[in-house]
Amino acid sequence: MTMRKVAVVGAGMTRFVRRALETPKELSWQASRMALESCELTLDDIEAVCMGTAPDSFDGIHMNGEYLADGAGAWRKPYMRSYVGGGTGVFVPIQGWYHIASGMFDVVLVVAEEKMSSYYPHAQAAFLTIFDHTTERALKPNLLWIFALEMNRYMTTYGISKADIARVSVQHKHNAAHHPCALLGDADITVEDVLNSEVLAWPVQRYDVSPVSDGAVAVVLAAEHVAKRLTDKPVWIEGVGWNLDTAYWTNRDLVYPRYVEYAARMAYEMAGIREPKKEIHIAEPYDPFDYKALHHLEGLQLAERGQAPQLYIDGTAALDGNMPVCPSGGLLGVGNPIAAAGLMKIAELYWQLRGEAGDRQVPGQPRRGIAQAWGDLMQVGTVVIMGR
Amino acid sequence: MTVKIKSFPGTSLSEEDFEQGKILYNYDELNGKFAWDNGIAIGRYLASLKEGVILGARCTTCRKIVVPPRIVCEWCFRPMHEYVPLQDTGTVNTFSLCYVTWDMRRVKDPEIPAVIEIDGASPLHGIMHLLGEVDPQKVHIGMRVNAVWRAAEDRSGAITDILYFKPLEEV
Repeated sequence: MTMRKVAVVGAGMTRFVRRALETPKELSWQASRMALESCELTLDDIEAVCMGTAPDSFDGIHMNGEYLADGAGAWRKPYMRSYVGGGTGVFVPIQGWYHIASGMFDVVLVVAEEKMSSYYPHAQAAFLTIFDHTTERALKPNLLWIFALEMNRYMTTYGISKADIARVSVQHKHNAAHHPCALLGDADITVEDVLNSEVLAWPVQRYDVSPVSDGAVAVVLAAEHVAKRLTDKPVWIEGVGWNLDTAYWTNRDLVYPRYVEYAARMAYEMAGIREPKKEIHIAEPYDPFDYKALHHLEGLQLAERGQAPQLYIDGTAALDGNMPVCPSGGLLGVGNPIAAAGLMKIAELYWQLRGEAGDRQVPGQPRRGIAQAWGDLMQVGTVVIMGR
Repeated sequence: MTVKIKSFPGTSLSEEDFEQGKILYNYDELNGKFAWDNGIAIGRYLASLKEGVILGARCTTCRKIVVPPRIVCEWCFRPMHEYVPLQDTGTVNTFSLCYVTWDMRRVKDPEIPAVIEIDGASPLHGIMHLLGEVDPQKVHIGMRVNAVWRAAEDRSGAITDILYFKPLEEV
């Protein structure tokens, strides 16, 4: 099977805010418009549109993909919304990638949008419906439960301290202080601040968690012959992977995300990467909670099991370290409008690898980066490797 | 952010904008009502809970014993015909002390959700439930627990027929 090369050639995003005045369609259009402007294309150049957005229950709109279609410029074009829970934001560029790699289209617009604030008063309650209606929902579970249960299992198994996990939150929020779209950038936050924040569901505290947010991100993908005419600096999609584990999440060990490993191995094989720790220069693992970034770095084979905190302790993960982690500021710092947050990581790699990330720019002309998202009932891994 | 982009769209609203009527908004309540069929395997599971038994299912191909039961082994993709009554004791695999409810109301005494590996099921096979009759500070991974059942005449064939799990020994 021959697959065509696919590049990211443009990107745009809105600010991530707790509650946006703009409707989901309006946010989608703003991001889409910016992505098109950034590569000087118009909607006429776009052959197909891929849309990513998470559960309809946030918006209270059934068939949200259809509702958003005009905001994403999809009318009278091949259009489909893909959805794999929190993993959607990194899956939707994969959908765009196979549209082009297959030879079907040359230029595709990829849009991810989330407006979580409409669910009133707090989006948390909408998550009740992700649990099994008969065997779990009667216990009135809270979304925080599953993260707290997984975090406790992870830290207790490896003897990792809360303080070491808090370093992740601190560093990502520091990085986000340089991101113009960030909701929770904070250049002054300390490990003590995280450890002293409100206990929500021990071991999870307030500053261990990313915020509920509204926002949208869009990127333009193009086939090689188009990309080379559009820009001197295309950023290639070198590998993609996705994988799903069992939904019976109480029937497997939560200590290690095997599905992330499988997705990563699929992407590494496609990209010809044998030693990820050496060949990946920037990592954007999914970080809705601080421990999740560690969990995912291990699944991505960028740290040994139980050893990911060391990357933050010895400075490897710092903005000027050997492998900066979440230079964007991640979900903990920039914000977590679910599908948009994943695609934000793709946009970040695009800007970083082109040397356009401003104050957040990773030094040393990084050549290759990895973005990953995670979702559904703790069971989905989606991975994209990008390089120049 | 990118250095080439000078301004970013997106207008942030605050709670006051709503309370003080500075913006117009539409409020509605969606009231969906559902009746879910339990199916074959979960139907058996719930009927057993009513009898005070936690039921698992065994795959005759890979010999895994899973809980709750299901009609197909997700790994072998073969039918699972064999139902196995399990113990109502188990081991805490992981737990949390949760100070917020499902709809984000704060509570003073934490709820203690846990994954409990059920005795008789394959290793690491458990269910999510609550712990009770225990000092939250003394709960630990590896703690042995047993189910506290609702009185037989009050059981309805639901996961809540188990009120919670409590420590087997005094902690």
